[in-house]
Amino acid sequence: MATRMGLLGKKLGMTQVFSEDGERIPVTVIQAGPCHVVGKRTLEKDGYSALVLGFDTRPERTATRPELGMFKRVGLPPQRVVREFRLPPEEVDSFEIGQSIRPTDVFEGNAPVDVSGVSKGRGFAGVMKKHNFGGTRATHGTHEYFRHGGSIGCRLTPGRVFKGKKMSGQMGGDTKTVQNLQLVQVMDDDDCVLVRGSVPGANGSYVTVKKAATRSVYKRVGMGQDESRSKNPLKASKKAAGGR
Amino acid sequence: MPHPTPIVEKVENQFRRESPLPEFRPGDTIRVWAWIREGEKQRQQAFEGVCIKRTSGGNRASFTVRKVSYGVGVERVFAENSPNVAGVEVVQRGRVRQAKLYYLRKLRGKAARIKERAVDRTRTEGAAGDKRRKRRGRHRKQAAQGTAGAE
Repeated sequence: MATRMGLLGKKLGMTQVFSEDGERIPVTVIQAGPCHVVGKRTLEKDGYSALVLGFDTRPERTATRPELGMFKRVGLPPQRVVREFRLPPEEVDSFEIGQSIRPTDVFEGNAPVDVSGVSKGRGFAGVMKKHNFGGTRATHGTHEYFRHGGSIGCRLTPGRVFKGKKMSGQMGGDTKTVQNLQLVQVMDDDDCVLVRGSVPGANGSYVTVKKAATRSVYKRVGMGQDESRSKNPLKASKKAAGGR
Repeated sequence: MPHPTPIVEKVENQFRRESPLPEFRPGDTIRVWAWIREGEKQRQQAFEGVCIKRTSGGNRASFTVRKVSYGVGVERVFAENSPNVAGVEVVQRGRVRQAKLYYLRKLRGKAARIKERAVDRTRTEGAAGDKRRKRRGRHRKQAAQGTAGAE
């Protein structure tokens, strides 16, 4: 079970920043706090340990009675997003119910993070859009068969369509995780984090930002001052010209 | 949600150049001083050519400079707010009718020349000049009458 601390957040949009040596870095701005500890799950009571975090408030009229009771008990306004983060018991114990957690408490410097969110829904998409099929040619007698996928199998043998055959259908709108994104900056006063690259979902959608599952140090292939990487002198001079 | 949101804008404003570049437009010949790194050393290198494109967009604004070097067309895109762009000098103002001068790519030699634009140095560049350029057609007539469509 993945037990990494993370925060809930809202994707605000993308822009670019510059590194000290002039490299242009595409970043996504995520409002990742303040998150509130809504509850805890303990081994004794629930059979597993986790931290329940809430993010963003919503009007009381939108909450159900049970929800209202729950939030009243922890002394918080109704939270718009509530999600559990599986954590080891000792880490859960270090937080108090009702406490607010900010990105600066959780993330530091250049660490890699995983960001999950619900990807933009594309509706019922055809195979060309969904699976990058080539379609059929536009001329030479093609008749009403331009964006189709073609045959979906053989005949008597095997007599069925293979499982996992790529066909048209719902595209997007499902939870996706992008792993090992570089944390470019943690903004103290706005509770925002800047993450290198894109994250799933539309601007304004909710995401979770977690410490990366597979890495603890951010490392980017082909980056840094390692001049010996390229043997091609042309490429080396290009690199020396800086990140233009 | 508005874009950019105030916070995104704040991030962008952190990465703006301290001293703004001089005013220049597509068609102007400019000399861009860019920082380049050679191993440990850093120096400035000039890239001189015609500005064929400018894009706006907060701190993502950029411009493209084209020159013909040893018979080969070279285009370089600079980010306006990049710390690698040390400065820009305007060498010559050019009079052009397009905002994006992609047509220059097909032209060579004499055909690729751009006429110089007369600049009225008595008028300060900026607000007044820009306003005058925008008044076209109906708006220009109204401005001449001084009523601006009030009746």
